Amino acid sequence: MQQAIIRAERVEKYYAQPSENRIQVISPTDLSIVPGEIVALLGPSGSGKSTLLRMLTGLSVPSGGQVYWHEKPIGQTEINVSIVFQSFALFPWLTVLENVEAPLQARGMEPAKRRKRAMKMLDTVGLDGFQHAYPKELSGGMRQRVGFARALVVEPEVLFMDEPFSALDVLTAENLRSELLELWQKKTMPTQAIFIVTHNIEEAVLLADRIIVLGRNPGHVRTDFRVALQHPRDRKAAAFTQLVDYIYKVLTQPEAQPPELPRTAGGKRVRDQRLMSYQMLPHARPGGIAGLLELMVDHGGKADIYRLADDLAFEVDDLLPIVDAASLLGFLTVTEGDATLTPNGTEYANAEILRQKEIFREAALQHVLLLRQIMRALEAKSDGSVPEEFFHDMLDEQFSEEETLRQLETAINWGRYAELFDFDAQRHRFILAHVAEPAVETHE
Amino acid sequence: MKMLPGSFSNLRARGEMVIPRTLARSQAVRRSWPFLLDLIVASIGLAAFYGVVQIARLWLGHPEPQVTLSLSPRALPLYALYSIVRMFLAYLLSLAFAIGYGYVAAYSRRMEALMIAALDILQSIPVLSFLPGVMLAMVALFPSRQLGLELGAIVLIFTGQVWNMAFSFYSSLKSLPRELTEASAIYGYSRWQRLFQLELPFAAIGLIWNSMVSVAGGWFFLMACEMFVLGSRDFRLPGLGSYLQTAASEGNTTAILWGLFTMILIIVATDQLLWRPIIAWSDRFKFEQVESARHVRSPLLAILQQSRFVKRMRHVTLSPLLDKLYQHEAKRGPTHVTLDDGDQRSPSALAQVALALVIFAAVAYAAIQALHLLHSIDRQEFGLVLGGAGMTLLRVIASLFLATLWTVPVGVAIGSHPRLARIAQPLAQIAASVPATALFPVILLLLLRSGGGMNTAAILLMLLGTQWYVLFNVIAGATAIPNDLKEVSRLFHFGTVQRWKTIILPGIFPYLLTGLITASGGAWNASIIAEYFRLKGKTMTAFGLGEQISAATDAGNFAVLLLATIVMALMVVTINRLVWRPLFRLAESKYRLGA
Repeated sequence: MQQAIIRAERVEKYYAQPSENRIQVISPTDLSIVPGEIVALLGPSGSGKSTLLRMLTGLSVPSGGQVYWHEKPIGQTEINVSIVFQSFALFPWLTVLENVEAPLQARGMEPAKRRKRAMKMLDTVGLDGFQHAYPKELSGGMRQRVGFARALVVEPEVLFMDEPFSALDVLTAENLRSELLELWQKKTMPTQAIFIVTHNIEEAVLLADRIIVLGRNPGHVRTDFRVALQHPRDRKAAAFTQLVDYIYKVLTQPEAQPPELPRTAGGKRVRDQRLMSYQMLPHARPGGIAGLLELMVDHGGKADIYRLADDLAFEVDDLLPIVDAASLLGFLTVTEGDATLTPNGTEYANAEILRQKEIFREAALQHVLLLRQIMRALEAKSDGSVPEEFFHDMLDEQFSEEETLRQLETAINWGRYAELFDFDAQRHRFILAHVAEPAVETHE
Repeated sequence: MKMLPGSFSNLRARGEMVIPRTLARSQAVRRSWPFLLDLIVASIGLAAFYGVVQIARLWLGHPEPQVTLSLSPRALPLYALYSIVRMFLAYLLSLAFAIGYGYVAAYSRRMEALMIAALDILQSIPVLSFLPGVMLAMVALFPSRQLGLELGAIVLIFTGQVWNMAFSFYSSLKSLPRELTEASAIYGYSRWQRLFQLELPFAAIGLIWNSMVSVAGGWFFLMACEMFVLGSRDFRLPGLGSYLQTAASEGNTTAILWGLFTMILIIVATDQLLWRPIIAWSDRFKFEQVESARHVRSPLLAILQQSRFVKRMRHVTLSPLLDKLYQHEAKRGPTHVTLDDGDQRSPSALAQVALALVIFAAVAYAAIQALHLLHSIDRQEFGLVLGGAGMTLLRVIASLFLATLWTVPVGVAIGSHPRLARIAQPLAQIAASVPATALFPVILLLLLRSGGGMNTAAILLMLLGTQWYVLFNVIAGATAIPNDLKEVSRLFHFGTVQRWKTIILPGIFPYLLTGLITASGGAWNASIIAEYFRLKGKTMTAFGLGEQISAATDAGNFAVLLLATIVMALMVVTINRLVWRPLFRLAESKYRLGA
């Protein structure tokens, strides 16, 4: 194998908490980028894809481990990489040309030479004639072309892309993808490797020579394999769909065994989220869960999650939390990328609204520890009300601040829908449902 | 001249890059106009040179023991020039300081909390109590009395307008979009390139709007500075403020009208020739993905952008200069890419701690000395200051109440009728920008003639200075009420009372509150002038905290001055914390429209 351009050695990321615990975002990971390949990094949201990309580019310092650039530690050497951003990250006050020239300016290049090179790059990406326009005058696809031109004008050794096509419409994305492949295959650009972060499985299979799939809580590599398909790749080909199916299975399969628990230098035990008292609530709204279950009934109670996402024109990222929530509540079981309705789930989907709430209430109390605890605390209090802080502090031990707030928000959503309790947003208190004024009904 | 703006804005609207070059008309524009424009630009340059000479002659001239002000209208242009130059220099100073302060506060982890707390307090201190101290110190410090006074006035205006600008820049830096910061890091921007291509452009719009507010506030202080008399010592500066005051003092109605006319002329001209072009220009700094349909147009900007001279100047000065700077930075080696550089300790941590200790000791010493000064205050004086604080509080409440009473119905009417707004808004803007201090002598004169007391006058003067903040905010609030809600009220035939209770009042509440907070701070500050005024050689007073401050200033009683200033700052800060902040939180959470 060739020598790696970038090599990450047991890099990890965690955030220290005031208490004993730390929030592990990415567990120690080895990864390398070698010349001549397109690597795609796939994973559900919360698996730390973007964090990993930022560590590999030196934008973010790993909490542990080291990233090497041509075998030299990354902080101590000049590196030559570019990033294409999801939001394009163009400077709206600079013209297209000025945007592309800016990185060369930073390198101190002569104005005339700089201009020539930027113009040539604009020509390459098909933006000739737009050099004096401002980014906001352009369409999304054009703007991302500027993003590519800016990234390529410095002739990076590795081109990083952070979900570069996900802000674009389907057709534009398709078009840009194939142009990128063409540039890459004709060696029009001096770039030696491409590293693309995406949550779009088909995109990864279309582009990549190698695919890395991340799992979450904390982020870790689930699988890392080569794609041997010939370019141009045909979405309809059996080999293609098999590969897509395989990745879906990896993404939806509950993990058989947790990876080994990391230990930190100080000997502090890093707690694995799965071993903690609270399960992580998927951020799904009851309305979404009901919608999914009703759709499943129409599909005869069993559906391939990949097909389902496709039917709904959903990204897998948007669908997975809803599937997770439904299976957490015991409405669904998921095996190898297929979801099957449970009897409870079928009853829920077919019931009218008040009965639905009843079923949801029972399921929530049975399966969700946090909701059970909130109810127990509320019932123990004579005035039937408990401040939000109380639960915030309990969750705080285990989740990051941001995640704690999201957990609470989800719990409040579910609790309100199930008419378990109400939440007074002014005073930040949970209130037992029948204690709250009967006139005020707060439904989701 | 008259036909120019139209044709230029037309070209601009179509976008510069698609100007049809073959059209005869645009050819004409390209050939003949720039030369004329260059002439105009050149003559502006000459005029500026002449102005500088005049100012220098005044500043460095022989100390005049007594300023004699001419009330002839012919003297007005020169006086106006003096006032404008003071404003301009104070503004430049404020801008530079605000950028420096905001930058350090945003990027220094150690200083941030302290610097932001300091901003909050400094904003609440009544600037006018420092008038005597600063003036006396400046006159003593500088060889020429004139230079000292001028710099004193500039420093005071500066302290009146810098804080909100600094805060605006700080909060812009704090809200820089993450991916843009990352882009500038990955492409190895130097600190300077970051400042010019990312930070300043992103902060520009906030800075510009705050500058407008600051400059309007600056006129208020400038007028006060120009009229300054300490006991028997005359510290007046030749300018518009002193002109108006002298005219009122002598009851010269013609001169008063000339003065006011000039004032309004300056304000309208500043708006048209300075702010509008700048706002139109700043359009490019809007951080938006899609181009918005509404633009501010400015003919002047179009002229400047069309001028070959200006373009050429930019080409030979600014661009190469920046290139040199970036090249120099690039040679110094690659900049650090890392953004979240953990908790690195700088090697000179010890020196920094030592420096901090020295500063702390110096501050503590000065504070103790100042408090020592308070020892000489007897009980009676203490009682007067506290009693005065109560009286002024009542007046502030009264003026806020009156302001709310008339601005809410008027503001809602303007805000919900676009046609009315088109006529009323510019008028209100002009009225609002006439500094209240310029009107004080005039209004006082009228009130005294019609037999009103100083108490009424004081409340009226406070109202005059602060009602506009409330009005403009109410208009903004009424405009922001979504049409859907109005349609709902029409659909269900809401009565007037129900409409106001369920839609209008809750809708404008956050805006009204913002206006009242600003107005309350302004009213406290205005009390220093409003409760104690000298006219025609007589001093008229209304018992209050502002009166205590002004009287102590006149008598040179620095102990009482200090006490009264502290009390006023405490009152403002306490009211902010106890009344406004909780209300504001309520407004933010419950009465916020939209997501």
